[in-house]
Amino acid sequence: MNQGNIHFVGVGGQGILLASEMTAYALINAGFDLKKSEVHGMAQRGGSVEAHLRFDQTRVYSPLIEPGTVDFQLAFETMEAARYLPYLNRNSKVIVNTQRIMPPSVATGKATYPDNCLDALTRQGIAVIPVDAYAIAKELGNIKAANVVLVGALSTFLPLPAEAFHEVIATRLPARIQEVNLQAFKAGRAAIEKD
Amino acid sequence: MTSQPSAPEKLWLSGNEALALGAHEASVKVASGYPGTPSTEILENVVNYSEIYTEWAPNEKVGLEVAIGASFAGVRALATMKHVGLNVAADPLFTASYTGVRGGLVIVVADDPSMYSSQNEQDSRNYAYAAKLPMLEPADPGEAKDFLKIAYHLSEEYDTPVLLRSCTRVSHVKGIVTSGQVESSALTPGIELLPAKLVMLPANARNRRVEVEKRQQRLRELAETSELNRIEPGDNKIGFIAAGTSYLYVKEAFPEATVLKLGLVYPLPEQLIRDFAARVEKLYVVEDLDPFLETRIKAMGIACIGKEVIPAIGELTPSVVRRAITGQAPADLFEPVELPPRPPNMCPGCPHRGLFYNLNRLKVFVSGDIGCYTLGFLPPLSAMDACVCMGASVGMAHGMDKALGEEAQGKVVAVIGDSTFLHTGLNGLINSVYNKGCSTIIILDNRITGMTGQQPNPASGTTINYDPSPTIDFPELCRAVGVKHVRTVNPHEIEATYQVLKEEIARPEVSVVITRFPCVLTVDEKKRPKKPFHSVTENCTGCTMCLRLGCPAINWQPLTPEEAKAMGKKEKQKGYALINEDMCIGCGQCYELCKFEAISKEEVSR
Ligand code: SF4
Ligand code: SF4
Repeated sequence: MNQGNIHFVGVGGQGILLASEMTAYALINAGFDLKKSEVHGMAQRGGSVEAHLRFDQTRVYSPLIEPGTVDFQLAFETMEAARYLPYLNRNSKVIVNTQRIMPPSVATGKATYPDNCLDALTRQGIAVIPVDAYAIAKELGNIKAANVVLVGALSTFLPLPAEAFHEVIATRLPARIQEVNLQAFKAGRAAIEKD
Repeated sequence: MTSQPSAPEKLWLSGNEALALGAHEASVKVASGYPGTPSTEILENVVNYSEIYTEWAPNEKVGLEVAIGASFAGVRALATMKHVGLNVAADPLFTASYTGVRGGLVIVVADDPSMYSSQNEQDSRNYAYAAKLPMLEPADPGEAKDFLKIAYHLSEEYDTPVLLRSCTRVSHVKGIVTSGQVESSALTPGIELLPAKLVMLPANARNRRVEVEKRQQRLRELAETSELNRIEPGDNKIGFIAAGTSYLYVKEAFPEATVLKLGLVYPLPEQLIRDFAARVEKLYVVEDLDPFLETRIKAMGIACIGKEVIPAIGELTPSVVRRAITGQAPADLFEPVELPPRPPNMCPGCPHRGLFYNLNRLKVFVSGDIGCYTLGFLPPLSAMDACVCMGASVGMAHGMDKALGEEAQGKVVAVIGDSTFLHTGLNGLINSVYNKGCSTIIILDNRITGMTGQQPNPASGTTINYDPSPTIDFPELCRAVGVKHVRTVNPHEIEATYQVLKEEIARPEVSVVITRFPCVLTVDEKKRPKKPFHSVTENCTGCTMCLRLGCPAINWQPLTPEEAKAMGKKEKQKGYALINEDMCIGCGQCYELCKFEAISKEEVSR
């Protein structure tokens, strides 16, 4: 795999930035050129957020992933996985955190949370890989590490050894959260590898 | 923050971080600006370079004026802002074009095509033309850093302020940036008396006006040969002229094409463009937003295709460019599915929520302003009726009062944040007092500039690097400009706030209500231990009162009649409210609204 497009989607505040940064640094260590695009400001207050990460052995021009060209989608929230469907194609791999976060219209009873939002993906033949990152992180004693559990799951599909990520955790994260994040990362990997 | 590298180092930086590194490598000495997405992180990173004096100014005009002063003192200076901020700074900008500079002066302005976080989509390149200033436009973080350094050279060599245009997809894109040498200005800092150049009274300004034209001519010549503008040869069937991120999208969509990449977007290299046009069969100009390049190229008498096919609304992407030119829709994409939208929302425990809840109850016309509290527009709070630009709410409310007279009395209020009030709201308040208005102005004093990410302002008590500094006393300030009725409330206390609002809105003169409670994301508030409330499900009658706050920590759990019965509730109860204790910060607003003790005051231990 010489190039790829990774789409991180979820809800503002879920640690999407850190997850995409860890992935980026691991890819940099492996010698890829890459670009990442994200949106700040208004979009951060619990709104739907996305980060585009593109890597290439030679050169990346556009920082934006084109619709229909996502190789891996890391969805931090179930409904958000379905929101970006036009970005996917039949070969996309979608790793979904099974957590649900209610948008305002659902939280106030005006709308209902769609029960089957992932059906839209599977019906198209897209590989959907569910991960209960929240439960895994809770078991590790830190719900904030759910994002790194998801990175662990994603890492099994990337052209990089797990060690590239271990190095990022050891060099880029503050010392006091390294251990829990390393555990979270490994647990995320294990969650994929065991099936 | 990376320390100053001397051997080139590959860094992974956002455009804004790269611009900060550029300021460091260009030996900038003074940097000032006002936060605004997508420009904010430039100064937030510049402040980490201790040799650069960095500050938040109360608005962009002041920020630019500080930078102009520093330049006049012979040091390199930087002013940063977003596109709408340049409107505020336009006044000094146009005259600084006449005075020119001593130390290099660069104004970085960040546009927001598609309005991810802005109230309009204006194209800052038009300012370069109108103010007769050169403008550089980088395409990615690496170029952002390099172009900033080049901008300082141009500024000193051509005696001109230089505009550098970023945009969301440069400022908030991360890429690999190579660090470079720290280079300094050849100038000696100090005071020099140059009245003919620096005092813009008419007689001097008329002379400088001529200098500006001469400079424009020299810059046009430079544009022809500058490395900022380059031809990338390829298939000559179609040629593209593009700048900034549009260039990247063209390269992505048409890797084989011939491209003229413009790094200097004003003034333009006429001869280079002519030569380029002559070598390609069909010429396209691809640019975000306005037909800025296209209009000028067509005015040169050169045939090209631009906005006939390239959208002028919203940001471009490779697929938009490809589709515009080939007419082909992207290969069968999956149809989007219908889902409940997920708009941004004020944080759990946001002090603004209680105020907007009350304003909704009072059924007044809310003249709004720019900040997190603009989200008070969204349901269920639905309590903002107008919003135009920073600082405008106060003047707009006064205008409505004057237009409607008696009829408006007690029906219009202005809301404005602390930072926004100090940005340009204060002048509006002075006007309302002076012209005998009757508006109620509500200052939402959460001690910080919230929306852009908790930047301190003159009311916060610290500077950009968290050094303690004097704190503005809003009640005293309002009294000093002549407001007789000033009251301060805690917006978490819903009933108490309601009473004060009612009284002040009824008052036939100008009054100010200050809602004072810190933003939950300020450094101190984040440290404060959270004491979340919890829901007592048995007591909840499903009345939905608490849901009217729209707090993200409160969720509605629907019930079927059977489920309701099984829970021992009335069959017709449609559901109940559940507090997410991981999210609740214990502000107490919902507790105050619940009449059934379904929200417990007992603190939950975590
Ligand atoms: S950041 Fe502060 S001001 Fe903005 S919504 Fe959150 S609590 Fe309110
Ligand atoms: S006390 Fe109520 S309104 Fe305040 S944060 Fe908690 S759930 Fe939200």
